Amino acid sequence: MRIFLEQMINGLTIGSFYALIALGYSMVYGVMKLINFAHGDLFALGSYLGFTLLVWGNAYVTTNFGLAGGMIAAMLIAAIGIGMAGILVERIAYRPIYPAGRLPAVVSALGVSIFLENMIMVIWGPRYQAYPVNVVPTVRFEIGGIHITLLQIIILILSFILLAFLYYIIQKTTFGAAIRASALDRDTAALMGININTVIFFIFALGPALGGTAGVMVGMYYRQISFTMGWNYGLKAFTATILGGIGNIPGAMVGGLLLGIFEMLGSAYISTAYKDVFVFLILILVLIFRPRGLLGEKIAEKV
Amino acid sequence: MSKDSNGHIEIINKTENEIKEINKLNQVVLQTIKLTKKFGGLIAVNNFDLKVYKGEISSLIGPNGAGKTTVFNVVTGIYQADGGKVIFKGEDLAGKKPHQIIEKGIARTFQNIRLFNNMTCLENVMAGQHCRSREGVRSSIFRTSSQRKEESEIREIAKRRLQQVGLWKYRDELAKNIAYGNQRLLEIARALASNPDLLILDEPSSGLNDKESEDLVKFLKDLLKENLTILLIEHDMNVVMGISDWVTVMDEGKKIAEGKPEEVYHNPIVIEAYLGKEEEEES
Amino acid sequence: MKLNENTILKNWPIFLVIALLAVSPFMMNNYWIDVFFFFGIYALLGLSLNIVLGEVGLFDLGHMGFMAIGAYTTAILNTHFGIPIIFLMPVSALAAAGFAWLVCSPIIHLRGDYLCIVTIGMGEIVRLTLINNPFGITGGPNGVFGIDFLSFGGPLVIDTSIESYFVIWIIVGLSILGLINLQRSRIGRAWNCIREDEIAAESTGIDVRYYKLLAFVLGAGLAGVAGNIYASKLMIVSPESFTFMESCMLFCIVLIGGMGSIPGVLIGSAAISLFPEVFRTFAQYRMLIFGVAMVVMMIFRPGGIWPRKRGAIEFKSLLPKAGEDNV
Repeated sequence: MRIFLEQMINGLTIGSFYALIALGYSMVYGVMKLINFAHGDLFALGSYLGFTLLVWGNAYVTTNFGLAGGMIAAMLIAAIGIGMAGILVERIAYRPIYPAGRLPAVVSALGVSIFLENMIMVIWGPRYQAYPVNVVPTVRFEIGGIHITLLQIIILILSFILLAFLYYIIQKTTFGAAIRASALDRDTAALMGININTVIFFIFALGPALGGTAGVMVGMYYRQISFTMGWNYGLKAFTATILGGIGNIPGAMVGGLLLGIFEMLGSAYISTAYKDVFVFLILILVLIFRPRGLLGEKIAEKV
Repeated sequence: MSKDSNGHIEIINKTENEIKEINKLNQVVLQTIKLTKKFGGLIAVNNFDLKVYKGEISSLIGPNGAGKTTVFNVVTGIYQADGGKVIFKGEDLAGKKPHQIIEKGIARTFQNIRLFNNMTCLENVMAGQHCRSREGVRSSIFRTSSQRKEESEIREIAKRRLQQVGLWKYRDELAKNIAYGNQRLLEIARALASNPDLLILDEPSSGLNDKESEDLVKFLKDLLKENLTILLIEHDMNVVMGISDWVTVMDEGKKIAEGKPEEVYHNPIVIEAYLGKEEEEES
Repeated sequence: MKLNENTILKNWPIFLVIALLAVSPFMMNNYWIDVFFFFGIYALLGLSLNIVLGEVGLFDLGHMGFMAIGAYTTAILNTHFGIPIIFLMPVSALAAAGFAWLVCSPIIHLRGDYLCIVTIGMGEIVRLTLINNPFGITGGPNGVFGIDFLSFGGPLVIDTSIESYFVIWIIVGLSILGLINLQRSRIGRAWNCIREDEIAAESTGIDVRYYKLLAFVLGAGLAGVAGNIYASKLMIVSPESFTFMESCMLFCIVLIGGMGSIPGVLIGSAAISLFPEVFRTFAQYRMLIFGVAMVVMMIFRPGGIWPRKRGAIEFKSLLPKAGEDNV
């Protein structure tokens, strides 16, 4: 039972990374019907940006604002930087291609992904980089025999705040309604007076911004980052998106958290080596029985 | 036995076996019995009975949202019925998939034209014969003589169908590049290529101008000579009145009237369904 | 197609390409011959994915999984039981095709992007399983090594670069002939119909499920053949050759060339395999340039370099009589 609960906490931690990244995929897909393959690499870029900030900028910020200040500064700057990068990617690589349909945009997205991955390699080098150790003090709590680190608590709280914040924006505000409307039918939404360009701007800024934040968290949690991490996390997060039902915001959150939990339980009870196999098998099984994902609604095609 | 205005024997209060017998006498090609289709809480088609007689042009009319297209989609297997039966030439079509139903002899067109846009007109019509041709993977890869023979037969039939609708000159154009009216005709040619017993047309004249509609009526009447039966959904009353042997009127998923065109035209229930009750108009 | 003077004149670019491919290895060093060998492998893989993605429009981003099945079937059966490579070629094809049938049957009804992620998952499951060395037969991350060369019995053993070059390109050539025949058959038409409009295809009498599965099975079989040749050329197979990234590259081959276009596949695979070699002097920047090139390419030619032309279908037996054209 103790192992189970600890694995649940580990799973939720990883799951919250996946959820944060998955939101970017889901929002872009919902409105643009585009799988933004570059999203994973934007996340990796965020991780490296945070790394540089923490290594080079840490001294100044931490002396003035303390450890928490350094961490928050790194996350904020990574979020803003990656948000801007996301908009840039959309303007340069996607916008000119929209009229040509969906598939060319997928190739373009893969191109951006390859570009970003190699750009990271050129700038930061092909080897692993290690996050500074002292970002968050290594404090371990024991609650009823269950170990949990301060870092995990911070990550969980932060990501749940972010998820709740996004959920509020999408589900409760007028602007969120505009995004949901655009996801359902872009043309009709435009006719109803929704400024699609604003919506696109927003989703391509906010999605990567959340991804960038997750990048910094992943760096702090695992300490080790590499230029290929974008593919690994991107693939998992994309899986989470589909698991929850692509284009569905609560679905991406639920999918991400569930995927993290499955992964951890799989590695605890089945085998560490096969944990990813287990994750993909679950995904395939879910899709066989619920072809639109867990929270995706069944859409009957109009004939 | 009581007969209706078209000389068809009535089937009120008969057992299933008797109905079969009478249908044979009447030459009913297609019949739906108490057909029901629901979408969530909405009952799109409600205990709907329809009969289509052999060698005739039948029309299914009714106001927007009456459930006409849904009936078509259930009959052609795109939707599964929630209740009732579809009987075609004495056989229950329950659980059959669309590609099996066209093989049985029901071919259809769509309300919002669904052609294979990036294929040529000729290829579109050739595709229509898919269920009538047999050559498999191996003979296709090696282009055996039997496969080439079948292909040339397919081409010949496709050519005849394209000429029949007058689109032979556009054979090498992509389907998306020809005029709207021609696209409607091409879709009919594609359906005809499967050599059907029953042709189902969903609003064939929508989007056509008066001249084109007239030509279409003439064309459909000519088709009857091919031992074909036609069922169509139509909004254009002039087309319906000029062409139909039998009209079924549908409203809110139910059948509200049937009969010869002129009977239906003057039926107060039909007029009410189309124009609405006067009190409603005033309030 | 009969080979008379007329067909040669009309199709001179094709014959020029064949002639160039036939003489070029004699003018290159072994390094470049090997580069062209891998160009051939990519071409074969591109052709196999083109069936699924180009002809039917199914997003398959796990295609390397099928090649891996073929390559490992060859590697394991050859190293454990000493079965000659040549006999393993059909076996590998069948293994990959059977695997495709098995895993695709339950998921074939999924639409677009959902099918896409499942194929990614399938490819990853294959790769991860190979890494984990199930029953000790796949050799884990190191893979299986010591695979024989392709031999036709007796002295004819394919062990030089130039020989493997001809083997792969002859197989590519034969595949192209078969695929062109398929394109012009009712099966090719059925595939294209599904790509254009699934519901209309189903209503036109095409068993959509069957033809989608057929595409996967044939595509996987061809990828299995590519795996067989690849394994015997390199003498080693390891999981790192069959990554998601490689599957993405195949996806790009088809789209850069033009969906459903066989010349397009050749151009696409040339771009993917030769580009990094040509830009080798740029060292670490070459993949950077490659990414940019993909984006630029799609901005200026979104339909691919050589999109499939749907031209006239010949009516050899009955030349239209005068005036008939205006019917």
